[in-house]
Amino acid sequence: MDWLLQQLINGLALGSIYALIALGYTMVYGVLRFINFAHADVLMLGAYAAYFLAPAVCTVFPLPSLTGALIVTLLSVMICTGIGILIEFLAYRPLRQRPRLTVLITAIGVSLFIEFTCQHKAVFGADTKPFPQLLPVHDFNLGGLVIGSNDLVVVVTTLVMLAALWFIVQRTKMGTAMRAVSFNQQAAALMGININRIISFTFGLGSALAAIAGILYALKAPGIDPLMGVQPGLRAFIAAVLGGIGNLPGAALGGLLLGLLETFAGGISGLSNYRDGIAFAILILILLFKPAGLLGKATVEKV
Amino acid sequence: MSSSLNPSSITGAKRWLIAGVLLAVVVSMFSTQFNRYYLGILVDIGINIILAVSLNLINGHTGQFSLGHAGFMAVGGYTAAKISLVISPMLPPALQPVIFLFALVAGGALAALAGLGVGVPSLRLRGDYLAIVTLGFGEIIRVVVQNMESVGAASGLKGIPKYTTLGWTFGLAALTIYFVSALVNSTYGRGFIAVSDDEVAASSMGINPVRYKVTAFVTGAFFAGIAGGLYAHHKQFLSPTGFDFLKSIDIVVMVILGGMGRTAGVVVAAIILTLLPEVLRQFSEYRMIIYSLLIIVLMMARPQGLFTWTRKKGGAPA
Repeated sequence: MDWLLQQLINGLALGSIYALIALGYTMVYGVLRFINFAHADVLMLGAYAAYFLAPAVCTVFPLPSLTGALIVTLLSVMICTGIGILIEFLAYRPLRQRPRLTVLITAIGVSLFIEFTCQHKAVFGADTKPFPQLLPVHDFNLGGLVIGSNDLVVVVTTLVMLAALWFIVQRTKMGTAMRAVSFNQQAAALMGININRIISFTFGLGSALAAIAGILYALKAPGIDPLMGVQPGLRAFIAAVLGGIGNLPGAALGGLLLGLLETFAGGISGLSNYRDGIAFAILILILLFKPAGLLGKATVEKV
Repeated sequence: MSSSLNPSSITGAKRWLIAGVLLAVVVSMFSTQFNRYYLGILVDIGINIILAVSLNLINGHTGQFSLGHAGFMAVGGYTAAKISLVISPMLPPALQPVIFLFALVAGGALAALAGLGVGVPSLRLRGDYLAIVTLGFGEIIRVVVQNMESVGAASGLKGIPKYTTLGWTFGLAALTIYFVSALVNSTYGRGFIAVSDDEVAASSMGINPVRYKVTAFVTGAFFAGIAGGLYAHHKQFLSPTGFDFLKSIDIVVMVILGGMGRTAGVVVAAIILTLLPEVLRQFSEYRMIIYSLLIIVLMMARPQGLFTWTRKKGGAPA
């Protein structure tokens, strides 16, 4: 029983990070209908931004502390928002009217470009770097259960972010415009919505979430390296498809589900080596029965 | 993809086969005098031609989007390597070509079976979802191989006999090109192009898209498996990391660079992209950066492929 609860807590923490990343994938898919492979690399850049900012911030606000961590995160988020908007402007905007396959390949190209550039020794280098301790760590012991403070931070941050995102998408003018663009781009343009601005905003928002996810992931991981985004990115992207890509609650659900499944599979000896494969196997099984994902709507092609 | 509607390419298929086999035989007669480095690159080129042409059947002619071609290659490579590792010590060396042929065909057959496994879910999925599922299959195959002790698991399979020669490679490359062109240009094969152009219209004309998609996946996977077998007996060492997502992307880029559904273009692209890393060897630390930039620039400037001069109205299928 204790084992189950412990795995549940670990799974929720991991799943929360996946959910945050998956939201970025799904939002971009919602407005532009393509999978932004470079999203996982924005996550990595977020962690690196925090890595380089931490010593500077530390001179004013000593780390580890809550204020310091918040300021580092905020600055990283701003940097990543800028990078996300820049990627869209430079790489995807010129291809707006092209077939989706073209954009998908470009996204893969952008992702490889960021990864290989960052691996170059003049940039970050390919080695693993220790991530600075941003927050004081404390393990809470609840009758046999161990809850790390980092796990709590991850889950709470995700909940706050989900609430904020829900508010932005459902209650603000920008969010309404986002939903309109996602529903029908041409009609939205005819209603006076500036499509380019909305798409930039969406990329910025997604990249901000990626930066937060990157820092949270780095807090739990032993170190950061230029390829650190690949594995969580792949999982999150499975999570987004699992929940029905383009669907925000679906992405959150898919992320949590995948985190839990992965943790439980990892806890069973014999299955743990297959962790990477299990996520995909589950995805394929679910897509066989629900081709549009768990919460996605199946579209019927009309002639 | 109306590329193959050009009447001159219909009779071209047999010419390719004859030219290719002749070239393979003539070149391999001289191959003992070649520099081993250049010989190795030539074999690499042949293997990549097989991979690119077979993927072109799935992604180009049939208009599906597979991101898991390296997975099929892994299945074929590991199967063929294991077979020749087990059988070759038991039989006299004179039977070596027979063992090799058997190993290659068995590898291809198992890869084709894996292709059937991917083709079946593709009946219900399209576009991005299909891309993810094929990517997933590739990853699952890699993870399974990584955990199989009988094929060396993560440390790789060593000591595979060196059976691959120029003759085998280019003979099989010519056969692949011939088979794929002949298939697509046959009366039956028009269905591939019809499915790629418009699935709904194709099925209303009595074409069964499901059958064509599965045929494309099975055939493409078979030849990828053959290429894997050649690769295994060329490098003499297999490691699961050699068949990752990046390898699949490499093959996809060859198909796109050559122009989807254009066999000749894809062959030229496979040659260029195999030579490129060798040319860039002195800038090796910038090699992958240049490669990724090339993908981006190519998609912006010439998404229809380098060797496509006429542009069809309405653009390529999504």
